[in-house]
Amino acid sequence: MIQVNGLTKDYGARRAIDNLNFDAEQGEIVGFLGPNGAGKTTTMRILTGYMPPTDGSAIVAGYDVVEESLEVRKRVGYLPETVPLYDDMTALEYLKFMADLRKIPDSEERAYETLEQINLHERANSYISTFSKGMRQRIGLAQALIHRPEVLILDEPTIGLDPAQVVEMRNVIREIGKDRTVLLSTHILTEAQQICDRVLIINKGKIVAEDTPENLQSRLVGSQRVVLRVRGEADELPAKVSKVKGVRDVEAKSDGSVEFEFSAGQDVRPQVAKAIIHAGFDLLEMRPIGLSLEEIFLELTRDNATGKKS
Amino acid sequence: MRNIWTIAKREYDHYFISPIAYVVAFMMLLTVGIIFAVNLYYYIQSAFQSFGSVPDMSPITGAFGFLLVLSLPALTMRLLADEARMGTLELLLTAPIRDFELVAGKWLGGFLFILSVLAVTLIYPIILNGIAIGSFNILPPLVSPGIDRQLMLSSYLGVILVSASFLALGVGISAIFTNQIAAFFVTLSTFVFLWWLIGFPASVLQGTPSLVFQYLDMKTHFYNALNVGSVKLSDLVYFFSLIALGLFTATTAVEIRRWR
Repeated sequence: MIQVNGLTKDYGARRAIDNLNFDAEQGEIVGFLGPNGAGKTTTMRILTGYMPPTDGSAIVAGYDVVEESLEVRKRVGYLPETVPLYDDMTALEYLKFMADLRKIPDSEERAYETLEQINLHERANSYISTFSKGMRQRIGLAQALIHRPEVLILDEPTIGLDPAQVVEMRNVIREIGKDRTVLLSTHILTEAQQICDRVLIINKGKIVAEDTPENLQSRLVGSQRVVLRVRGEADELPAKVSKVKGVRDVEAKSDGSVEFEFSAGQDVRPQVAKAIIHAGFDLLEMRPIGLSLEEIFLELTRDNATGKKS
Repeated sequence: MRNIWTIAKREYDHYFISPIAYVVAFMMLLTVGIIFAVNLYYYIQSAFQSFGSVPDMSPITGAFGFLLVLSLPALTMRLLADEARMGTLELLLTAPIRDFELVAGKWLGGFLFILSVLAVTLIYPIILNGIAIGSFNILPPLVSPGIDRQLMLSSYLGVILVSASFLALGVGISAIFTNQIAAFFVTLSTFVFLWWLIGFPASVLQGTPSLVFQYLDMKTHFYNALNVGSVKLSDLVYFFSLIALGLFTATTAVEIRRWR
């Protein structure tokens, strides 16, 4: 649905994106992850036909974004980062205007249907200026959905929302993404982890990693770290745990818990559990600490000069 | 075409909820109304003298044309500049419409609004001519057998062409700026320049250069031609060239925005 080949964009002397290559299939939710200024918005603007690339090409929904820009725009729904709303219009008027621009017959009916889809139909005749941030974001999404596009491009769709609204927005996106291609950008890593089938990590205009959230995690995790917690005094616990074969880096934490590490593929947790119980402790908790996407992300986007592996 | 209409309709509707548009319409109609009243008084006074002149619509259209110079910048300044500032330009530029359709729609919306304001002034020829059904006079005519219709058509055509040209230039300037205030002052300066200043070299120069500046002067095309009942091709070409120039500038400015 989206095919990007060698996409490059220069703003004057500054290269915003540099030779990007990636694909997105139908029914796939692809997350575009990167720090601010990494080139996410630039890429999205090129894919939606807002601006042409300096070099390279992109095919969206079967059409070239430069040569057949109007055809691409007909098939793409786009929610820009600053939600483009007219405050002087009511929700219904705004969506009807967008439906008219897309030449949808019975535009008013479709506008109302779309408002129902995002659960705002009760405010259909309220002015957009009276809407909360979350409602504005939803109207923005409705505008991107109104022509039932094959491809949806969402630039930071959950930014500025409260936690309940974030959850709701994520559910809506997941629902929409079942039969459509969705490309969304975010710098919230848990979000990418939760909604995306695949994550592209972009930094300084280049893709530094591309995989499923799970694979990205296991790829970077050479060893597994575990946290232990027992009832009562745990002074002797580190010593006991250290004696188990395969356990490394035992560390007593100030909160009374103990952490240790073992090599991936050599799971020593059963042995550790036995040893602890054998020593007379009441084992309360044994929990693996995953390397979070945050850490992976920092690892990948760290400058080569100061970084280690990537 | 349908896209142009969609944009124009939204723009037209927007004027009716915009305080600036109401202020502009009110001031224009008030001024024109006072001028009509004063002229009417003068005609009635002079009608009893041998040199009395016949009332027509040219004082009204003439004043309206002049008022456009001062008021249209307030109506055109936001057209594209505001879209750029609010980020809604991104919405329009990623919708399946051509840049020209966007620009033409904005222009048409403003044009229809000015036509609506101008339509209100049609009350004056009705007052002068009276209303009659068959031989029964509902409103007795003030001028018998009525004002010069061809002169009236010509002077209204003049005001319409002045509005259309100014609006096109206003859209063009608004497309260049993100700041409405900047767009306002540049538009006002452009109008003042085209209306008054560009004609001055014509009186100092001689021969062809003088004729060129004379041709570029907008008020000559209006006051010395259309507003006194002379419809010449050269005047029409002048106004249509300005409309084309304005819309072309606007379309190009929008395209340049995409490349930045």
